Amino acid sequence: MAEDIGNPKIRVQSSAKKGEAVQVRALILHPMETGQRKDPKTGQAIPAHFIKTVTAEYNGKPVMTADWGVGVSRNPFLSFYVRVEESGTLKLTFADDKGGSWSDEAKIQVS
Amino acid sequence: GVIRPAGAAAKKMPGDIYEVPTYGNVTLLHFTDTHAQLMPIYFREPDTNIGVGQARGKPPHLVGKAFLEHFKIRPNSIHSHAYTPIDFVEGARKYGKVGGFAHLATLVKRYRGESPKRTLLLDGGDTWQGSGTALWTKGLDMVQACNQLGVDSMVGHWEFTLGQDRVKELVEKEAKFDFLAQNIKDNEFGDPVFKPYAIKEVNGFRVAVIGQAFPFTPIANPRYLIPDWSFGIQDQNMQAMVDKVRNDEKADVVVVLSHNGMDVDLKMAERVKGIDVILGGHTHDAVPQPSIVGKTLVVNSGSNGKFLSRLDLDVAKGRVKGYKFTMLPIFSNLIKPDAEMAQLIEKIRAPYQDKLNEKLAVSEDLLYRRGNFNGTFDQLIVQALMDMKNAEAAFSPGFRWGTTVLPGQPITFEHVMDQTALTYPVVTLNEFTGAQIKEIMEDVADNLFNPDPYYQQGGDMVRVGGIEYTMDPTKTIGNRIQNLHIRGKAVEADKKYKVAGWASVGQPLEGEPIWDLVAKWLREQKTVKVSKLNRPRLIGVENNPGIMG
Amino acid sequence: VLAAEWPAAAFQATKLDEAMKAALGSTEVKDGPVQIKAPTIAENGAVVPVTVTTDSPMTADNYVSDIYIFVDNNPSPLIASFHLTPMSGKADVSTRIKMGKTSKVRAVVKTNKGEMFQAANEVKVTIGGCGG
Ligand SMILES: [Mn+2]
Ligand SMILES: [Mn+2]
Repeated sequence: MAEDIGNPKIRVQSSAKKGEAVQVRALILHPMETGQRKDPKTGQAIPAHFIKTVTAEYNGKPVMTADWGVGVSRNPFLSFYVRVEESGTLKLTFADDKGGSWSDEAKIQVS
Repeated sequence: GVIRPAGAAAKKMPGDIYEVPTYGNVTLLHFTDTHAQLMPIYFREPDTNIGVGQARGKPPHLVGKAFLEHFKIRPNSIHSHAYTPIDFVEGARKYGKVGGFAHLATLVKRYRGESPKRTLLLDGGDTWQGSGTALWTKGLDMVQACNQLGVDSMVGHWEFTLGQDRVKELVEKEAKFDFLAQNIKDNEFGDPVFKPYAIKEVNGFRVAVIGQAFPFTPIANPRYLIPDWSFGIQDQNMQAMVDKVRNDEKADVVVVLSHNGMDVDLKMAERVKGIDVILGGHTHDAVPQPSIVGKTLVVNSGSNGKFLSRLDLDVAKGRVKGYKFTMLPIFSNLIKPDAEMAQLIEKIRAPYQDKLNEKLAVSEDLLYRRGNFNGTFDQLIVQALMDMKNAEAAFSPGFRWGTTVLPGQPITFEHVMDQTALTYPVVTLNEFTGAQIKEIMEDVADNLFNPDPYYQQGGDMVRVGGIEYTMDPTKTIGNRIQNLHIRGKAVEADKKYKVAGWASVGQPLEGEPIWDLVAKWLREQKTVKVSKLNRPRLIGVENNPGIMG
Repeated sequence: VLAAEWPAAAFQATKLDEAMKAALGSTEVKDGPVQIKAPTIAENGAVVPVTVTTDSPMTADNYVSDIYIFVDNNPSPLIASFHLTPMSGKADVSTRIKMGKTSKVRAVVKTNKGEMFQAANEVKVTIGGCGG
């Protein structure tokens, strides 16, 4: 089965004032399987498959990391803030338990 | 109030119950939960509206004599008939039907004419659902009627059961009024779906109207009809909107047009600062005086087109200095119908008239729904379900809409639609274990009697057929329902029972709609009588003023 | 502090106190000024939006370093942890979580000085139906 997975999307304002804390919102497609469900057709256990870590960097400097378990919903949503002192690029990386990794970037113009 | 012949009361004259002296400089007219009743109807107010915890004995949890005493309404008056079910049949025969958009239109025009340029007309929602014509036109009839009535802004609840695409279509292409909701967000990034508020220039003042849609729509109604939207109370966002309209928009008056239900409105008024007025609906409470919470007036304006609330405000720059409130029962015999609106209603109904007028049976009893537990019309519905589906028991939702039929009056197909018109009407027959039946009933009971209003959904208790039980509303979830019996025998937790029902919220179903089943059953009965109501034996609420003695 | 090992023991714990002990090193956390924004009644137990906020200057020597979200009655009570830096600017995170049944949603906030405080909101998971 070709899974709908990955394709992270970042939503952030494109311009900000120096020193402003800017909200970053993000979505990614992922099944976030708990490992406790059974396939309704075959009766077989569906193995766990979930995003374990999220890292956020601004101009290469660490802003936030998150550790996630199987209790985060399918197709996860995330929001957090970043304080911007100069124009730059926010990079968000999601990594799952099977070695899957997806990144997206967004630029913020600071004046 | 003196009863006048038709037409007289619509003009200003002494003894006219619709005469309201001019006060202040801004007038807000509010109606809510008409449930698409374009025509005058009968509507019996509840005999049971139990308040628990802090709500015990306070508006809106007062019925009968306790209601009259609290609001100082004279017994055996036209107003006691409007607000209570005391001697309902006698009162209905004496004072006639209530509501009707043509009658409402006359009153709205009169007040607008008396106080031009200072009046806003606000609709609290549950307007596009509840009748055959609203269902068959997918809400268009009501949008047209509200356009003609001159509604300025509205909020929603049952509107959403038309489906998110239809709601968007009606709001964007048909409605000449705002559809407001600060608390509806999309399920992707959480962006607002509707305008959160509108700023109205009224008589030189800026009036902010913030919309609050029914917070629990995807729980009380099928989520699959609004798959991309989320709701919730969201009082932090409400506070942000109030601050924004006060500070950025320079509003002089802040009005929340709410479909929270009155208990939720009262709590929200405590938690959100800076609201002048909450005009509320959903729980169908007709409350003749505003409740005052801090500096906020909380108004709830009844249902089924039976009442128009008028709030006159004395506004100064940036604040409200004073108010006068009048709640007006719409007695159709006292108001001459507005000709233009009557014409529109006739046009709307024409294609469906024969179907609506079919006489199915005659009732020997008064038929009504509203109240915390089974009404007589609910009892007919669960009886029809059990008979037609050969079930041991039946469930029917505790909706607060549904009109009243007098003894001896023919039950028409229109009456059946008034009780059942929704977009997920399919009849179901399930095998539930005794434990599941108890769990369902406990779940609904908690949505009604949780002492914290933010955990209440504002419906009434699920109606039951073939089931007897004892209930203590003051207990916690899992402990309210006791002594559960089906057909006279104690319910066993593991035993399976055949239970008929309708209005399942889980997933779209194919099959017979409830109105066809009920109509078929009524045609067979010819005359109907309700011998016994499946209401619970209540304990723990002795002397509660929300129960009529 | 950043990019530490994924805390397997904390996520695999099946009881709240075990999860708190593994994640925080303690089950004794005092109540404090943490705002949890979550619905009182879940619209969909599979997707419950939760926002956790607390006031903090988020300066180099005074900032919130960690925010933990627990669901007391979930089979795995620890849902997520967020590790912030002064560059976060604001101690305010949101996600959407799974809830099998009615439970408290609990948030614990930890500062760079090692101070911890918590708050909890009840989220009801219901069968639904009915309405006014
Ligand atoms: Mn409603
Ligand atoms: Mn309603």
